[in-house]
Amino acid sequence: MPTVSLTINGKKVVADVEGRTLLVQLLREGQRLTGTHVGCDTSQCGACVVHVNGKAVKSCTMLALQADDSEVETIESIANEGELHPMQAAFKEHHGLQCGFCTPGMVMAAIDMVNRIPNLDEETVRHELEGNFCRCTGYHNIVQAILAGSKAMQS
Amino acid sequence: MADDGIGASVRRKEDQRFLTGKGHFTDDISRPGQVYARFVRSPHAHASIGNIDTSAALSAPGVLGVYTGKDLAEDGVGAVPCGWTITQTNGELWNAPPHEVLATEKVRYVGDQVALVVAETLEQARDAAELVSVEYEVLSANVKLDQASNSDTAQLHESVPNNTCFVWGLGDEEATKSAFNRAKHIAKLDLYNNRLVPNAIEPRVALAERDSGDDSCTLYVTSQNPHLARVILSAFVGLVPEHKLRVVSPDVGGGFGSKIFVYTEECAVLWAAKQIDRPIKWTADRSESFLSDAHGRDHLTHVEMAMDDDGKFLGMRVDTTANMGAYLSNFASLIPTYLHGTLMQGLYTTEAIYCEVTAVFTNTTPVDAVRGAGRPEATYLIERIVDESARIMGLDPAEIRRRNFIPSDAFPYQTQVALEYDSGNYGPALDKALSTLDYKNFETRRANSETEGKYRGVGISSYIEACGLAPSQVIGSLGAGIGQFEAAEIRFNATGNVTVFTGSHSHGQGHETTFAQVASERLGVPIEDIDVVHGDSGRIPFGYGTYGSRSLAVGGSAIVKAADKIIEKGRKIAAHLLEASESDIEFTDGNFTVTGTDRSKSIAEIAFAAYVPHNYPLDEVEPGLDESAFYDPPNFTYPFGVHVCEVEVDADTGEVSIERWVAVDDFGNIINPMIVHGQVHGGIAHGVGQALLENAVYDESGQLLSGSFMDYCMPRATDVPSFEIGQTVTPCPHNPLGVKGCGEAGAIAAPPAVINGIVNALSSLGVTHVEMPATPQTVWQTIQNAKT
Ligand code: FES
Ligand code: FES
Repeated sequence: MPTVSLTINGKKVVADVEGRTLLVQLLREGQRLTGTHVGCDTSQCGACVVHVNGKAVKSCTMLALQADDSEVETIESIANEGELHPMQAAFKEHHGLQCGFCTPGMVMAAIDMVNRIPNLDEETVRHELEGNFCRCTGYHNIVQAILAGSKAMQS
Repeated sequence: MADDGIGASVRRKEDQRFLTGKGHFTDDISRPGQVYARFVRSPHAHASIGNIDTSAALSAPGVLGVYTGKDLAEDGVGAVPCGWTITQTNGELWNAPPHEVLATEKVRYVGDQVALVVAETLEQARDAAELVSVEYEVLSANVKLDQASNSDTAQLHESVPNNTCFVWGLGDEEATKSAFNRAKHIAKLDLYNNRLVPNAIEPRVALAERDSGDDSCTLYVTSQNPHLARVILSAFVGLVPEHKLRVVSPDVGGGFGSKIFVYTEECAVLWAAKQIDRPIKWTADRSESFLSDAHGRDHLTHVEMAMDDDGKFLGMRVDTTANMGAYLSNFASLIPTYLHGTLMQGLYTTEAIYCEVTAVFTNTTPVDAVRGAGRPEATYLIERIVDESARIMGLDPAEIRRRNFIPSDAFPYQTQVALEYDSGNYGPALDKALSTLDYKNFETRRANSETEGKYRGVGISSYIEACGLAPSQVIGSLGAGIGQFEAAEIRFNATGNVTVFTGSHSHGQGHETTFAQVASERLGVPIEDIDVVHGDSGRIPFGYGTYGSRSLAVGGSAIVKAADKIIEKGRKIAAHLLEASESDIEFTDGNFTVTGTDRSKSIAEIAFAAYVPHNYPLDEVEPGLDESAFYDPPNFTYPFGVHVCEVEVDADTGEVSIERWVAVDDFGNIINPMIVHGQVHGGIAHGVGQALLENAVYDESGQLLSGSFMDYCMPRATDVPSFEIGQTVTPCPHNPLGVKGCGEAGAIAAPPAVINGIVNALSSLGVTHVEMPATPQTVWQTIQNAKT
């Protein structure tokens, strides 16, 4: 079995994986980082979004081997010493989650969104969420949360 | 009002774990020695099963077992039941064919399960499943709902002539006939209520484990009601005796009805875990979810409204054909009957009503409850025929509603279709919705849109639902095989903090916060000292789970009852400690006080005394402070409301954009407005999805064409607007919290609001109906047809 070596949440990881192992499988099963979720098999739902080298990536759409040498960050790593990341805090404050299943992907996508686009408005946020499904919230509060989180991240 | 008491938008206690990736979803659980299951599913909609050759799969690497329906039958595994018996209009009982865990003779829909493969790894299980060779003799498929009951259509079940499960009626057929004879005007519509795939973002999972030490089993499963699952798995499917089975449904990633039911997959996995004595996990991939999660809706309806010269509703008749799919799912028969027919009164004084429902089998995925379950179908047909009635009468749609609303002084109101509405006040909700939208200036906005080549329309939908399921004796008399009370236990720990156990199940509804608010307010204990536990038959006395917007009205009421028992016992203990008579003890804000004095004990002190009963009235009360309660509601609850939306239709592309959405709902008292608004938002998006985007489409051979997120259009953030949410408050008169339920309202109200809006927008073209989902193609075609 080939070996992949990468950094996950600041920790060096070396693992034997099958060629077909997806990054999300390595995270969930190999590393027991179960915060990253799987909601589909066609790369649509966004429940699996993580950051690879600082960019949002659907971890169901990337082979573990492709992440060789990369820095991967998951939802488990973004709170600072127990203090929520401003985007996490905004989701809580604005009730941007219900069942919580889409949430890790939403938060990781939202942080990436703010990193790329400094002045988010409602229309842009809605457009940018194209790759993230939520069945619970009707998106209203997710949009509010991201707008607030964006402000908080920049202040 | 305390900052975190009833009525406060308390931020959710459960959010911390979800936001940090520490949720406990079923697929996050892994047990030592765990192996994996994969199902062999039928690629055909309808076929006889010949020989099944499992030898290649059995000798594949890592394979621990390959099982077929024959293995289960030999072990005496029963069928999965449907829990609601229907008596037909002719007095005979329904035709309820068995639903085998693994099909033996025939497969009846694409995705039907014929074998189960268990292997050391998921990849090995997948690979081996490909090696199971099943001989099929393909039969012609029955997929067209309007032809399903024809005698020359392919027959699914031997015991079900003409694929007809039942013909059921409700209301007074004769009185309705005479109303139509007297009518001055009759409105008519033919409607299709499109088939939905529930698509909770978390797929279904079952992880079964046997403890050979005491021959008990634990099933971790994505369920909205673990206790009922336990009853069904033990009493009906006969897998494990109830006292030997623990069902755990930890964090569940959305349900929307689809996780109410016991599915054949969890039966098979639980059975197999007993055979090989290793924990077995099955996780649906999304393609499996599309094929095997129970679908929703799929009704064909003809509806007619009879009116007098003033547009007063004299009579309504409804003829619906409801698709059951290939087998009866757990509550399939309930949805088009007692959750649909009983809603036909709507908010109106319609004098006579008759509703007939023919339920048929087709070679499609089983159909059962999806968010709203029967009530969206009812509301859709009522609100569409009301708008059509307004059209033929030349009345404003708001005006025809006002003329026919049940007046506020008419409650309790006995409907023509079995229910007694306990309370209601509909006019103010309509007025508030219309004034928020600035309805009276709508025509100006319509004209403005027209200058940009767009058609603008306004759609009104006024709805009522029967929630708070359900008074057990009432549903028992109507055919239910279950009760629907709810259980709660409140346990004070010796140190004064509290664990609340509830039989309701939270899969997004925020019970850990709302229920803690209720307990906190009642017991005077800070909310951070209260934990709410749900979803575990091993920890909670009993439960009927969460669906039908029942949790707060029924489960919350059980918590109130348990809290009252705690207070009652606490009062006795306090009387002893304070050396006063029990009748002199008052309980406020968490303190037991001797009336008119400052002598007082906190409830935490009482709890400590109860667990260290040295100075304690042992001759009068038992030690400990832990009370259970079971609450059976005396009636359903009746939330109602008015949703109004403004849509703009692009005539060139057929695209519909929702410009505004105003909702005025009446859920009675509200515990946590933030959570309630969130529930309404989600419901509306679900309803907009049905109205504009979502459709489960089968081809003639029974293949599900929209079987992935690439083909089945889920509402995305760009498909819905921001919502304007308001309330009126008419408390429920018969439960201690005065609450009614809010989880389904949006999904019920939204579809007719959208379609009424589109029809209104295109009315100048002579358009009188647009079928759901009103995709750009459908709308564009409708416009072209109207123009020619
Ligand atoms: S799991 Fe759905 S996009 Fe990755
Ligand atoms: S919160 Fe449930 S899917 Fe988004």
